[in-house]
Parts: sequence; structure tokens; C-alpha cells
Amino acid sequence: MTKVEAVIQTSKLETVKTALHEIGVEGMTVLEARGHGRQKGHTEFYRGREYTVDLIPKIKLEMVLVDDMVEKTVQAIVAAARTGKIGDGKIFLTRVDDAIRIRNDERGESAL
Amino acid sequence: MTKQMIQQLAVFLVLCCFPLTVFAHMRGSASPTVATALIAPVVGPDRLAAVEQAAADAKNSADNSWMLASSALVLLMTGPGLALFYGGLVRKKNVLGTMMQSFAMMAVITVLWAIVGYSLAFGSGSSFIGGLHNIFLRGVGLQPDADYSATIPLQTYMVFQLMFAIITPALITGAFAERMKFSSMLLFLTLWSLFVYDPMAHMVWGKGGWLNASLGGRFRTLDFAGGTVVHITSGVSALVCALYLGKRLGYPKQAMPPHSVVISFIGACLLWVGWFGFNAGSALSAGSLATSAFVATHFGAAAAVVGWSGAEWVVKGKPSALGAISGCVAGLVAITPASGFVSPMSALAIGLIAGAVCFWMVTAVKSRFSYDDSLDAFGVHGAGGTVGALLTGVFASSAINPIFKNAHGDVTPSGVLEGNIHQILNQSVGVVIAWLLAAVGTLIILKIVDVAIGLRVPEEHEVQGLDLSEHGEEGYYWETSA
Repeated sequence: MTKVEAVIQTSKLETVKTALHEIGVEGMTVLEARGHGRQKGHTEFYRGREYTVDLIPKIKLEMVLVDDMVEKTVQAIVAAARTGKIGDGKIFLTRVDDAIRIRNDERGESAL
Repeated sequence: MTKQMIQQLAVFLVLCCFPLTVFAHMRGSASPTVATALIAPVVGPDRLAAVEQAAADAKNSADNSWMLASSALVLLMTGPGLALFYGGLVRKKNVLGTMMQSFAMMAVITVLWAIVGYSLAFGSGSSFIGGLHNIFLRGVGLQPDADYSATIPLQTYMVFQLMFAIITPALITGAFAERMKFSSMLLFLTLWSLFVYDPMAHMVWGKGGWLNASLGGRFRTLDFAGGTVVHITSGVSALVCALYLGKRLGYPKQAMPPHSVVISFIGACLLWVGWFGFNAGSALSAGSLATSAFVATHFGAAAAVVGWSGAEWVVKGKPSALGAISGCVAGLVAITPASGFVSPMSALAIGLIAGAVCFWMVTAVKSRFSYDDSLDAFGVHGAGGTVGALLTGVFASSAINPIFKNAHGDVTPSGVLEGNIHQILNQSVGVVIAWLLAAVGTLIILKIVDVAIGLRVPEEHEVQGLDLSEHGEEGYYWETSA
């Protein structure tokens, strides 16, 4: 089982979600996040003071998948989220030790 | 925007419609026409006296209804106008603390005014302070006092003035936002109201006041609705507070942008509308002087928005919403002393100048001297009030308000442009007195409160936020589950 974490632009959430549903990914967690890689922020101006805002709003998607779904999912996310400019985001893959369904104690891949 | 927030905003907007119902009722009572001359030959003296009394009563009713509506408008300026305006400008963790400071004034100053404040400000006494004759509002009944206004009950006048006494200390809270103890603020502003506001109000508006333009003052300062009494005193006091209390932790390096310009925007619009009560109500009647002050107020506000936003657009490249609403407040402040003395065109000029000057004060001057007047009480009220008070001396016109008369009863020029060069001196005296009384009085009172109970919250509380430390609450609790 693999955890897929994807940090994407906020404007791409709907497109990515639709793409994931189309390939059969049913479970995901969506978080609002702020961050930056190499993307520059912007300045805001309040009553004579300048503020540099360099933590940019992002969306983070998390899902845990069976291993043979992972590559399809990564490609779907990349295709839906890519604009070609700095700020598109990143995807990280990590191994998951176990998964448990709270409703009925199922464990392992059948819990996903 | 969450659904909950939309619902709250909707309820709030509905509640703001209530003051409008007062205006609806007003329309029925005014404009009596008594053709006394037509009836006289045919009607007996008793009937005539009754008709004359009815006419006088109708005028009194019109004046009183406008004055009561104005009083309500001025209270609206503090709550929620100023509370929202200031509340939006602070960080989320301090929103309730900030709003509570304004709201506390609505409660505490009212009680103080009833017990002794009104007497000190408007009772007869010396040139500098009223006496204790009217404590517990003794003698303040429903009959008019001709010195103040012959057509409205004295209690109407008292309650109208009370709303000014409420908002003035509330303005100062902008200077020490986010770091003053609630208890210290209460003690400080109570003493300030007694020893700075009441004397200043007495000098400018009270019987025998040293600066009273219409009731025989030594230096006749023209201050229609409180440029000196309200704005200079609060603005200068704010500066003293900011310097005495010191900067907020992390200022100026740490970013502290307003947590909700939206809320400040709503507050500013309420201030603009409420100010019609503040200025036009200071005509103390529903007649044409109220119209004059109403128009001047509105024009001053609008021109100042243009002035501030124009300056900001040029200097910074974009006109911000916060800048626009700040400009509006600056214009309203500056037009306050002038409102019942100047023409509509002069009001435009005053507003434009005030908008630009206050923009400069708040951006350039504040950062050069780097004092932490958190919400720009000095930059807008102190500076705007000073500019407005001086420009009143320039633009005042006897055609609008024939306030100065010579020994023969002829009207004499009011302002410099009309030919009374002397008036700029009178205005300057008023301005200097206001500055001195505010600065010295505030310094002394701050010292007393500091020695007695301290002023600032401890560092951990300042970091945690005043909502939690002073009030045990959070302003927004949207993250909890159902």
C-alpha cells in the first residue's frame, strides 16, 4: 500500500478530483495548506506598511492506494494539475504499514 | 465565506435597517404652515394663541425628532461603527478585546455622564469646567434650556452630548490596541473622560466656556461638532498613549495585517452614515443649518476619499480599500469642526486636503518616527482634527452661519476668506488648548493608572491574544464540529 501526497494549485482541485474519480480512486483527504517551493510570493499594502506574503495557498491531497493503482493515479494527477509554470506542485509517495477501517475492523488492502 | 458567516452578516444588515424607521416616523411631524395673518382678523385671541402654540409645538417636535434620531446615529457610530472599524484592523486573536473597548465606553461613560459627567461638561461653573449643580442630572428635565437649545428638552440635549462623550474615549483605544489591560483601560478612560473630555467640552460648548464661540468665550473658537473637543483631544491622547505604552511585541518587523478589511469596511460605512447625526445633529434643530451641515459632512467625506485614494494610487500604484475607508474617516474628522460654518464647495476643499494630509501622516510620518499608533488614531483624528479646526477658520462663512455679531447686532465675517483674519488666531488657541490639555492630562492619568494597576498585559497574554486573556473568549469559533 502506498500513500500518495500531492500538493497542487488551489485552482486545480476540481480538475484533479474529476480525473481521480474517472480512474476509480474513491477515497481521498483534502487539506488547505500554505507553502512555496521556488515560487515567489507577492506584497500587500496596509495603511503604509508593506507585507511580503510568501506562503502561497495550496491544496494538499492525500490518498492511500493499492500498489498497482499508484502509477495510474500519479499520471492522472500530473495531467490534470500541470500548467507548465513554477508553482504547479509536487507528488510524494511513501510506503504505508497498515490500513484499518474503523467501521468494521477490516485491515490491509481490503480496508482501502 | 461559510454559510454561518453569511447568515450572521444577513442578520446584522437587517438590524441596521432599524434606524431608518426613525426617519420614517419623522416625516409626519414637521412642516406646519400657519397663516396667522390670514386668520387674525376673523378669529379671537384665544384661538390665535392656541394656533401659535401649535406652531411652536410642531417646530419643537420636528427639532426633537431630528435630535433624537441624531443621538441614535451617533451611538451607532460607536457601536457597531467604530467597534467594527477597529475590530477588523487588529489580529483575529484581539477582535473581541478591541470591540469590547468601544462597547464598554457605551456602558461606562453613560453611567458616568448621568452621575457627574454632564454636570462637569455642561453645568454652569467657571470658564474651564462646569460645576456639580447637575449631578445625578438634577435640573435636567424635559424643559428646554435656552442657552443650549430653546426648542428641545434639555434631556434630549444631554443624551445627544452623551453620545459624543462615549465615542471620544473609544477613539483613543485605537492607539493602545492589542496590548492594554481591560481593567487599566476602564480606569484610564474614566479618569480621562472626567478630567480631559469634560473640561474641553465645557470650554468649547458649555455656558461661559473659555473658547465658546456663541456663549461669550474669551477666544471664540469655531467648532461646530467637535473637531477640537473630540478629535484633537482623542488623537493627541492616542499619540501619548502609544509612546508611553510602547510598541506591540514584534512591531514593526512582524507582519500584523488587518484580520478583516471587510469588517472594517462595514464599520467605516456605518461611521459615514452615523456622522450625519454627529454633524447635522450639532445644528440642534431640524432647520436649514442641519441641511448645511449634512451636505458639508457628506461632501467632506467624499472629497477625502478622492484625496487619500488619489495620493495612494500615485504613490503606491494601487488604491486600496483600506486606504479609501481611511480617507473617508479622515475627511469626516476634518469637516467636523467646519460642518455648520462652510459652504458645500469649501467642504470639498477641506475634505480633499484632509485626505491627502492624513495619508501622508499615516504612511510617511508614522514610519519615519516609528511609533506604534496601532490603528492610526493620531494620524487620522489628531492630524485630521487639527487640519479641520484650522481650515474652519479659513473657510467659515457668515452667509452659512451668522455666528458673530457686533455690538449693534449686525453680522460680522466669520472666517479668513471672508475678511476675518483674526479667526485663524482663535482657531489656533483652541487647537493649542486641546493639544495641551490632552497631552498633559493623558500623561498624568497614564502615570497614575500605571502606578496603581499597571497598563500593559504581560507578554504571554499579548502573544495569546486579549480575547482569551482578558475576556476568556474567542471571536470566531468556526472549526468545531456540530
